[in-house]
Amino acid sequence: MSQAQSPELDPKALEAVVAQVLEEARRAGATAAEAAASRDSGLSVNVRLGEVETLEYHRDQGVAVTVYMGQCKGAASTSDLRPESLREAARAASRIARFTTEDPCAGLADAHLMARDWPDLDLDHPWGVSADEAIERARICEAAARERDARIVNSEGASLDSFRGASVYGNTHGFLGGYVTTRHGLSCSVLASEGAGGMQRDHWYTVARHAGDLEDAAAVGVRAADRALRRLGGRRLSTRRCPVVYAPDVARSVIGHFLGAIRGGALYRKASFLLDHLGRPVFPEFVHIHEQPHLPRALGSAPFDHEGVATRPRDLVTEGHLSGYLLDSYSARRLGMETTGNAGGVHNVTIDAGEQDLEGLLREMGTGLLVTELIGHGVNTVTGDYSRGAAGFWVEGGEIRHPVEEITVAGNLRDMFMNLRAVGRDVDRRGNIRTGSLLIDGLTVAGE
Amino acid sequence: MTQALDTARKHLLQPAGLTDGDLDRVLAVLCAPGLDGGDLYFQAAHQESWVLEDGIVKEGGYSIERGVGVRALSGDKTGFAYSDDIGMAALMEAAGAARAIGRAQQDGRVAVRREVTPRDLYPPLDPLGTLDEQARIRLLQSLDAEARRQDPRVSQVIVSLAGTHEVVMVLQTDGTLAADVRPLVRLNVHVIAEDGHGRREQGSAGGGGRSGYDFFLDRERGLGYAREAVRQALVNLEAVDAPAGTMTVVLGPGWPGVLLHEAVGHGLEGDFNRKGTSAFSGRIGERVAAPGVTVVDDGTLEGRRGSLNVDDEGTPTNHTVLIEDGVLRGYMQDRLNARLTGMPLTGNGRRESYAHLPMPRMTNTYMLAGPHDPGEILASVDKGLYAVNFGGGQVDITSGKFVFSASEAYLIEGGRVTRPVKGATLIGNGPDVLTRVSMVGNDLALDTGVGTCGKEGQSVPVGVGQPTLRVDGLTVGGTQS
Repeated sequence: MSQAQSPELDPKALEAVVAQVLEEARRAGATAAEAAASRDSGLSVNVRLGEVETLEYHRDQGVAVTVYMGQCKGAASTSDLRPESLREAARAASRIARFTTEDPCAGLADAHLMARDWPDLDLDHPWGVSADEAIERARICEAAARERDARIVNSEGASLDSFRGASVYGNTHGFLGGYVTTRHGLSCSVLASEGAGGMQRDHWYTVARHAGDLEDAAAVGVRAADRALRRLGGRRLSTRRCPVVYAPDVARSVIGHFLGAIRGGALYRKASFLLDHLGRPVFPEFVHIHEQPHLPRALGSAPFDHEGVATRPRDLVTEGHLSGYLLDSYSARRLGMETTGNAGGVHNVTIDAGEQDLEGLLREMGTGLLVTELIGHGVNTVTGDYSRGAAGFWVEGGEIRHPVEEITVAGNLRDMFMNLRAVGRDVDRRGNIRTGSLLIDGLTVAGE
Repeated sequence: MTQALDTARKHLLQPAGLTDGDLDRVLAVLCAPGLDGGDLYFQAAHQESWVLEDGIVKEGGYSIERGVGVRALSGDKTGFAYSDDIGMAALMEAAGAARAIGRAQQDGRVAVRREVTPRDLYPPLDPLGTLDEQARIRLLQSLDAEARRQDPRVSQVIVSLAGTHEVVMVLQTDGTLAADVRPLVRLNVHVIAEDGHGRREQGSAGGGGRSGYDFFLDRERGLGYAREAVRQALVNLEAVDAPAGTMTVVLGPGWPGVLLHEAVGHGLEGDFNRKGTSAFSGRIGERVAAPGVTVVDDGTLEGRRGSLNVDDEGTPTNHTVLIEDGVLRGYMQDRLNARLTGMPLTGNGRRESYAHLPMPRMTNTYMLAGPHDPGEILASVDKGLYAVNFGGGQVDITSGKFVFSASEAYLIEGGRVTRPVKGATLIGNGPDVLTRVSMVGNDLALDTGVGTCGKEGQSVPVGVGQPTLRVDGLTVGGTQS
């Protein structure tokens, strides 16, 4: 069978696309323009109950252009990279710019902020895994999950994905830069059932830039099985207030809500509960949260942001005080500040780990709730009100007593951040936000 | 030939110089021995969007997407490849990759074409041609002005408008040939209000459907969204902390039908039930809801956001009874799952785009009206929550646990609606929540056309609806215990 990666991921070819679309924008009357082009290819397989279920070959490409006519802005995108389509896209963006209103804050990021030299971040590690090899690895993963315990009664399968993509950004300051990244992953989801009780499902996954950094296939399956098994016999809780430990993979969302509240877009719209908090305490003093954009091989690493602005390591929370926002050039101008290189998002946000592992945090909590799953969208960034569906384990005397389900955890994020008692050293590095478990006091658990 | 097919050939095949003979050659690759056939899905779409903020039209965008997806099926196995190049070479390459699933080597014979007569639920128009740019800008500005005119406490107004024109064409190896031209428009107003003491709250309202932009001018619909968003934000400025615990909940009509979508809808999709991973698996004929509760999925409603003339596999959409008078009657199917389980097709095979595989998805899912006056339902509750507006929801189809988050809710005290409370997440158990429905209102309403459903990373537009409902025992995730 054919290889997962195609050889056509040449950033030079994409640089030519970007240069051409910028030229077309100029011809259409733009006073400034920027464009981003990308091309990805990949392979996904899913194996269920020992048999291949899906085999998917991915190949995507696209270019997006933004033009400025003075202070008016228009944008267009297309998945077709032929010259006539690039011209059409540039013209469409220019036409839109004639109908938008002048905005004094609109425009490219300032020229002096463009990245000049950037380090090789070690993000490109093609795997070249064949469909047969991918299927075999997924099969091993799922088999390990199903053989783990007789109570693993069904499966949603194991999936292996391998992607490689090139992306290039350029603008009329003369900036033109691109790089190639890879991303490989293996996941498994199985169902457990025992007696007359209902079914429980859980999963585990591993993801990395380099295939050699993936967790062992059988270990992923075993972990998925164990996670499903431990949920069997889940009960509800009565309504109460108690401390909560968020396991690392769900703790990430709590840090994510903090990042949502310090985003420039939320701040200039006055749509954040952390408005005007720069320099003020938002976490207890032991908390340090920072961005590490240049970590080699990390999933959130990037040499420059979506406006060509050089990324750099920086603090967001220092000794519990809010020390930095997340700004792009537009929101920065609105706030009378300078961009922080966060157009397009954050890069490896890290909360410094504490000294205890998860067991240690549970002992410190004593009695309370360990949350291992959150569902729903009950987060209001304007007010900080927080209410989400949850499942996990009831803990007494620092020990897990029984699984719990069909409950909610609620509070206000401003209080939750201030009531953070400890961060675990069990850091989950599978995403753009790196955190260990979080122990937070004083949440309301609603149940029976 | 239908008008949609004519349009599809013009948009999808002619620019690439593809003939019917070419398509037969590609399909023949998918008809190989060892395969159960497959399909080609051609799609061309263009979309525009506008955003007004701070009283000015700040952003506009335009995008073009086109491509073809090729799927090969062998038993319960699927091979899939796609290309944004609709040309013969790319099609043959994709077909060759997709059929590897069946380990097939030689080509087979293609069945005789059978054109599907699609429904006629919406006009085959391009929304972008229905109002000129100046008129679209005026629409945005009029909503901004209307929102700000409502109350001096309104501090921020964001109005967004989007229109899509999509042409799709499906060819199955069994000869099925169908096309659809799908307009879709969406308008939204988001406001933030400040009370002068540092408290801020938000409100949001909007709607849309499969029509042109004139939909928003008709009966001042757009202006209505602006008024509604402000009303919600002002209500929330007065809201106190929500209660925590299990209580009687009265759900308002319309969009609160997201309850049905999450609590039972996903659990009744054919793929989960074939695999036995849903809490509803193998329960057809069993009681899953109180008597009087009838839930349908209906892709045949005129002009609705969730409606389709044919699904993305070329099957005409249907009015499918899921739960009838409390008893589970059927699942929603795509071709693969219907074939493997010997169930009828329901026209629920949907995909986000040519680059995604189809699977069973909802269209417009709603509960039929019952006998009770909404006032009578509220008066029957001594202490509880009245939830009238919601954000999104989510479900774990295996355990059946689902949530949906209220964005506008009130306390019910002594049969009367009293104070507004802050948003809270409601959590329940899908297989039993509808057994706790003790009163069904006579005020069935569908939502205004705002829903987007996500499943396995794919988003599709959907509708929901319900009458006022009394549910005895839902857990309300507030902070006041």
